Order: sequence, then structure tokens, then C-alpha cells
Amino acid sequence: MWRVGTVVALQDETATARTITLKVPDWPGHVAGQHVDVRLTASDGYSAVRSYSIASAPNSERRVELTVERLPNGEVSPYLTQEVAVGDELELRGPIGGWFVWRTQQTEPIQLIAGGSGIVPLMAMIRSRASASGTAPFRLLYSVREPGAIFYRDELQALSDQDHSMSLTYAYTRAAPKDWPRPPGRIDAALIAKTTWPSKLFPTSYVCGPTPFVESVAGFLSAVGNSPDKVKTERFGPTGDRK
Amino acid sequence: MNSHTYDYLDGNAAAGELSKIFTMDVTAAEGQCAHCGARKRFAEAHIYMQCPGVVARCAVCEHVLIRLVNVRQRVFLDVRGMTYLSLDTAQLQESSR
Repeated sequence: MWRVGTVVALQDETATARTITLKVPDWPGHVAGQHVDVRLTASDGYSAVRSYSIASAPNSERRVELTVERLPNGEVSPYLTQEVAVGDELELRGPIGGWFVWRTQQTEPIQLIAGGSGIVPLMAMIRSRASASGTAPFRLLYSVREPGAIFYRDELQALSDQDHSMSLTYAYTRAAPKDWPRPPGRIDAALIAKTTWPSKLFPTSYVCGPTPFVESVAGFLSAVGNSPDKVKTERFGPTGDRK
Repeated sequence: MNSHTYDYLDGNAAAGELSKIFTMDVTAAEGQCAHCGARKRFAEAHIYMQCPGVVARCAVCEHVLIRLVNVRQRVFLDVRGMTYLSLDTAQLQESSR
């Protein structure tokens, strides 16, 4: 069941990532955390399908935003981040997924942990909460290579500045800003223990990133007492342009 | 199969392909591995897509749960690796709000 969406806006998020805003006339609505499959078909009939998380909050305008990171040897992402233009049509399947989702009715503390472009479905959750004026306490731990690789930086800053129940922690893996308290490095057990909700508050955690990132973070969360069924995960790469 | 090679995705990545067959969301569905008996959400299964189809393996024992192969106009679905798959009828794919 493929739908056709028209590109209505493009915005660069970083040097390698772009947000594509689509209008999809028969869009049935989505829930934060869901994704779509995008199908590109060449003139010779060859087609490639990749999954991309939805970045936008549910809305009544049948608007769907995807943020796509360009992969050096990608088959689909170079087109989506460099070639596609306003007015172009893309084929979409979805919204897909009823497990890795956050619904506005949830009131428990929420722990979001993103690795790189794994921020995208988590941003949909943050935007969904903001647009519904939600009060569920949210914490985001966002692992990025360097400051220039942060998606949605100004929006995240504004949201956490104006709302004390939305907190934001960056973990830089390769280069940190000057005077940053923690030397660059991967998320480790100590950072999880220090910056995430205590397990006694029974938070629900959403972890999205490359498979090795998700495996290690899920292990750290479990080690500090989080029940595995309260830790929802979504993995991407290296098998596709999964975002 | 070495689970530390990390060449897998998870059940979320296969849900689009499986939506050709299932009208209900499979990611939140609970399945039982026919090999080790683990009961897990399909979203948690390890998915291998670097093959001429999709293979889902148990996140606990890596036994094959599902194989899905497209051959021209046919889709082959092998689900003998699961004793059951329990789907939530409230989770219809097309009206997920």
C-alpha cells in the first residue's frame, strides 16, 4: 500500500542531513516514533526501499517530515539529501510500527537516548509532547560525534530552556565544545547512572541508534535496574539507510 | 551465528515488508520462539536483510523465527520458527492514531 507525498519544503540540519517535508493527501495520521518506507524507482524499473523515521509530531495537516542522513555509499540517502526538490513526489508506505511509539496519554517519566541520527523518532516524541502541552517528565541523552552533528539544536535548546520537565544532555564521542566537563567518548555505565531517570521511578526508555550503540545502552540501562520490557529499542544500519 | 557482529537490525525494520501480508501491526505483536520458548515482541527480533529476503531471528537464541522471500509475483512466508504470534487488533496499521 504505497501513498504518494509531495515535497513541500527542504531544510538542512547538518552538513550531511536534510529534513524533507511532505504533504501526503491520504495520510491517516501517525504516532510519535513511527517510521515510513520510502521507495525510489529508476527509469529502468529498478527500485530501492529504505526506512526513515518520522520527525514531525502528529498533526492535522497531513504533513510528514523525515530527516535523512547521507551515507557515503548509500543508494537512496544521497538522492534524498542532495537531489530531491520541492514539488517532487515520493512513494511512501506507512505509518509503520506500534511498539516504538510514545503516546500523549503516557504520564510516566520518559528517558530518550539517541545515537546520531537515532534522534529523529525521539524528536517526534519531544515535539508530540510539546504540541499536546504534555507534562510527562522527559530526559534526552543525545550522543553525537561533535557539536556540528547535532540535529534540531536550537529547537531542543528552546524546548529545554522553557520547560524544566524536559532536560537535555549531550554526550560527544569525538570532539566536545571547549571546557565541556566530560572528555569525548561513548556513552558508558557511569553516564547512564548519572543522567538517566532512576529505575525506581519506573521510566519507559526509548533507545534509537546504530545496532552496537543500542546493544550497549540497553545493557547499561538493564544494569542499573531497568526492566527490559520498559526499554524500547530501534536499531539502524549498516544493512541499509535505516534512520 | 555470532550475535556480536551486529549485522542485524530489529523487527521495526521488517514491519513495512510484513505490512504487505498483515493488516495489523507486527512490531507490538508477541511471538514465541519455537526453539527456546522465549516470548518477545516482534520489534525485538533480530532482522537480517542482507539476503534475498528477510530473516527474523530470536533475540535470545538466534533461532530463525520467520523467513520472507519475494519471488516475482509471489511472497513466500515461513513461520515455523514461531509457535504463535499474538497480534493486538487495536493496532491496525492504517489507523494507528
